[in-house]
Amino acid sequence: MYNILIGGAAGQGIDTAVGILEKLLKKSGYFVYTTRDFMSRVRGGHNFSVIRFGDEIITSHIDHFDGIIALNGETIILHKDKLNENGFILCDNKILTDEPKAIKLDMDKMAQELGNIRVAGSIAIGAVLKLFGENLDHVEEVMKSSVKQPYLEINIEAINLGFGSVDERFKHIDGNFSNWIMLSGSKSLALGAIAAGLKFYSAYPMSPSTTIMEYLASKSVDAQLVVEQAEDEIAAINMAIGASFAGARAMTGTSGGGFCLKVEALGLAGIAEIPLVVVDVQRPGPATGLPTRTEQSDLKFVISAAQGEFPRMVIALRNHKDAFYQTIRAFSIAEKYQIPVIILSDQYLGDSTASVEPFDLESITMDEPKVSEEDYANYLRYRFTEDGISPRLIPGKTKNFVAADSDEHDERGWITESAKMRVDMMDKRMKKLIKLEEELLEPDFIGGESCEVLIVGWGSTYGPIAEAIRVLNQKEEGKYGALVFGDIYPLPKKLLEKMASSAKKVINVEQNATGQLAGLIREETGIQCSHSILKYDGRQISGEEIVKELLGGDMND
Amino acid sequence: MTNNNFQKYETAWCPGCGNFSILDCLKTALEELEKDPYEVLMVAGIGQAAKTPQYISANSFCGLHGRSLPAAVAAKIANEKLTVIVNTGDGDSYGEGGNHFIHNIRRNVDITHFVHDNQIYGLTKGQASPTSGEGQVTEVQTTGNINTPLNPVLMAIAAGAGFVARAFSGDREHLVRIMKQAILHKGYAIVDILQPCISFNKVNTFTYYKNRVYHIEDDYDPTNKIMAIERAMEFDDKIPIGVIYQEEKQTYHEKNKVLCEGEPLLDRKIDMNVIKKFISELK
Repeated sequence: MYNILIGGAAGQGIDTAVGILEKLLKKSGYFVYTTRDFMSRVRGGHNFSVIRFGDEIITSHIDHFDGIIALNGETIILHKDKLNENGFILCDNKILTDEPKAIKLDMDKMAQELGNIRVAGSIAIGAVLKLFGENLDHVEEVMKSSVKQPYLEINIEAINLGFGSVDERFKHIDGNFSNWIMLSGSKSLALGAIAAGLKFYSAYPMSPSTTIMEYLASKSVDAQLVVEQAEDEIAAINMAIGASFAGARAMTGTSGGGFCLKVEALGLAGIAEIPLVVVDVQRPGPATGLPTRTEQSDLKFVISAAQGEFPRMVIALRNHKDAFYQTIRAFSIAEKYQIPVIILSDQYLGDSTASVEPFDLESITMDEPKVSEEDYANYLRYRFTEDGISPRLIPGKTKNFVAADSDEHDERGWITESAKMRVDMMDKRMKKLIKLEEELLEPDFIGGESCEVLIVGWGSTYGPIAEAIRVLNQKEEGKYGALVFGDIYPLPKKLLEKMASSAKKVINVEQNATGQLAGLIREETGIQCSHSILKYDGRQISGEEIVKELLGGDMND
Repeated sequence: MTNNNFQKYETAWCPGCGNFSILDCLKTALEELEKDPYEVLMVAGIGQAAKTPQYISANSFCGLHGRSLPAAVAAKIANEKLTVIVNTGDGDSYGEGGNHFIHNIRRNVDITHFVHDNQIYGLTKGQASPTSGEGQVTEVQTTGNINTPLNPVLMAIAAGAGFVARAFSGDREHLVRIMKQAILHKGYAIVDILQPCISFNKVNTFTYYKNRVYHIEDDYDPTNKIMAIERAMEFDDKIPIGVIYQEEKQTYHEKNKVLCEGEPLLDRKIDMNVIKKFISELK
C-alpha cells in the first residue's frame, strides 16, 4: 500500500492533477482512497490531497507518505517530517530546498519548451507514474476524459517527458479494482438520489455541500430533473416541500449554517406530512466555523431541530457505498412514512474519493404511496389509520382535493383548534415511529464478537474505526470491537444493548467536542461510555490516531 | 360550469373585512375562466389573507409565514397543469417573504400572486406592515411609523415583473377583470389589492381608498415601462387601479432545458439505463 501527498497553494491545479492521477492508479488495478484538505480561499494558502492506494480495501487516510509532490516550498516544510524512510519529494528545481530526499526536475522549463507552462502538472504526473513502477497504458484514455481536445496532445507529451525523467522507486502491485468505480461521497449521494427518482433539488451554495448541487445540475437534462439555486436556504427547503407536495420527489442540501435557516420548514414537512429528504454535509461550527473542514457536531441539533414534536429519521453516512444506498433508502422511508428524513454527511466523506464496487441497480426498491379504492370514495388526506400513515394523493391527479396545512388540522386537512383533534392528530403522527423503528438498521459491527473493548461511533468515522480495529485485533485477537451507526435517529438499540452488556469498556469515538452520540446513547439506553476519543480540530481522525489513543493512557488499563 | 364550483364556507374574518369581496371575486374569476377546481392549487403563507385557501373548494397548501412563493413556484414546476394561485397579505409577501418576492419575479414561474394589502398586520392585531404610511400610530409604532412605506408595484416593475396590477377590494367588477387577466397572463403576475382592515387600520379605510382610486384610462399603454413607473409612483391623493405594466416574457418553464418540452415533471420516469451510463462514467 502506498501513500502520496500533493500540496501547493490554491489555484496551482492540485485538484486537476489529483483527479488525473487517481484515475490512472485505479485503472492500473489499485483501490484508491483520496482525502482533500483545503482552505477557504480561491488563491494562495496551503492545500493538499492525499492519495492512498493499494491492492486491498482502504478505509482511512494515514499521515506518513511514500512521496510528496510539492508545488511550492511550503508543502515541503509542512510535511517533510512525515516522509517514510525511502520516500521522495518531487518538486520543481526552482524551489529552494536542501532536502536530501528531494527529486528536483526542471518542470516549468520543460513545460515551456513543450509550448505551455501549464502542462508542468502533467510532467509531475508522468514522473509519479514512473516512480511507482506504473506504465503509460491508460494515459491516453484518462487524459481524453480529463482535458479539453486542443490540450490533449501536449499533456500526453508532458506525461511521457516526466515519465522518462526519473527512475522507478517502488514496485507496481497488482490489484483487482480496475473495474470498480471511483467517486466522492457527495457524488455518490447525488447519484443515489437520482436512482431514487429525484425530480427536484433546490439549494443555496454552501461548502461543503455544493458538490451535490453541481453534480445533479450536470446530469439534470439526462436525468430529467430540475435543479434550482434558491435565493436563500429558507426558499430552498420550502421549494422542495412545495415540489414534493405536488408530486415530484424532492431534496434540499446544505451544511450546518444553512440547516439552521431551514429548521422551521422541517417542522412544516413534519406536520403537513410531506415526504422530504434534507442533506446536511457537516462542517465545524458554530456560525461560519471552519467552512472547508470536517466535523460531526450537528447530530444533536438535527434530531431536535424545529419547535414542537414530529416524527423524523436521521441517517448518518458511513462511507461512499452507504452514501448511494442509504440515500435511496432515505427517499423510500420519506415516501412511505411521509416524514422528513435527514441525511448527515460531512466534509471528509463528501469531498474524499474512494473505489466502490459498481452499484447494483437491481436491488433498489422504493416504497410508493398506497391508496385504496375506499380512500378515493371518501378521501381524507389525514385519515386516522392503524399505523398512522394516511393515504396520500397528488393534487390535480384525481377528483379529490388535497390539502396541506402548517396549522393543526383535522382528517380533511382543515384548520382546527379542537383539543381532542389536536391529541388525536399528534398521536397519529407520532405513531408512525412505531412502524419505522421495526425497520431500523442496526449499526455495523466490526471486530471480535466477544470483545472486551467496544468502540461506538457514527457516520464517516466508520473507515478510520474499521482500520483501527483491524490493526488492534492483529495484536490482541478479538479484544476490540466496534459498532458504527448509520441509522442513528431513532436510535437502533438491540445490538448496542447486547454488545455493551458483555464488554468491559465502551468508548465513543466522535468528531466533536461533547460526545453527542455518547449523550444520545445514555439518554436512550442508560449505557454510559467510560471513555471518549473526541477530535474537533476540523481534521478527520485516522485509524492510526485511534489506535494510538486506545493504547495510551487509562483507556488501556 | 355552475356558479357554485368553488363553494362557500364559514370564515373567521371580521364583518366588513375586505377579504370577503376579494374571496368572492376570486371565485367568480375562476368560474368565469371555467377552471376545474381539482386542477387549482391555492397557496398561502400565514395571516388573515392567508386563510383564503381554506374558504374555497380547491387543492390547498397553507405553509409558513412569508414562504408561500417558494412552495407555490415549486408546485408549478412539479406539475405545470396546476393553476397555482397565491393569496396572502402585505406582511407575508413584502415583510417576512420580501426576498422571495424579489427573486420569484426574476424566475417568472407562471403563477398568480394576489396580495391583500391592507397596510397593516391584521392577524397579530395592528402593527405597522411594510406598506404602512409614515406617521401611522400603532401599539408598537407608538410615536408613529418612522419607516418609508414600500411601494410594491414600483418594486415589481423595477425587478422585471411581466404583469403588475393594482386593484381595490371595494371595486368588485374591476377586481374580477384584473384577476382574470392576471391568471391568464403567462408568467408571474402580481396584483396588489388595496383593502380596508376595519379593526386595525383607522387611516386607510374603505372611504380613504374609495375617494382616491380611479380606473386607468382605456388608452393607457401598459407596455411602456417609463410611463408605468410614473403610474406606480402615483400613490397619494389619487391612486390608479388597473394593469400598470405588462410585458410578454419567457417563463421559467420555457427557459428551463428540462421543463421546456415533455410531460409535467412529476410524470417523468427514471430511466435506469441513464443511471447505468452515469455509473460507467465513473469507471
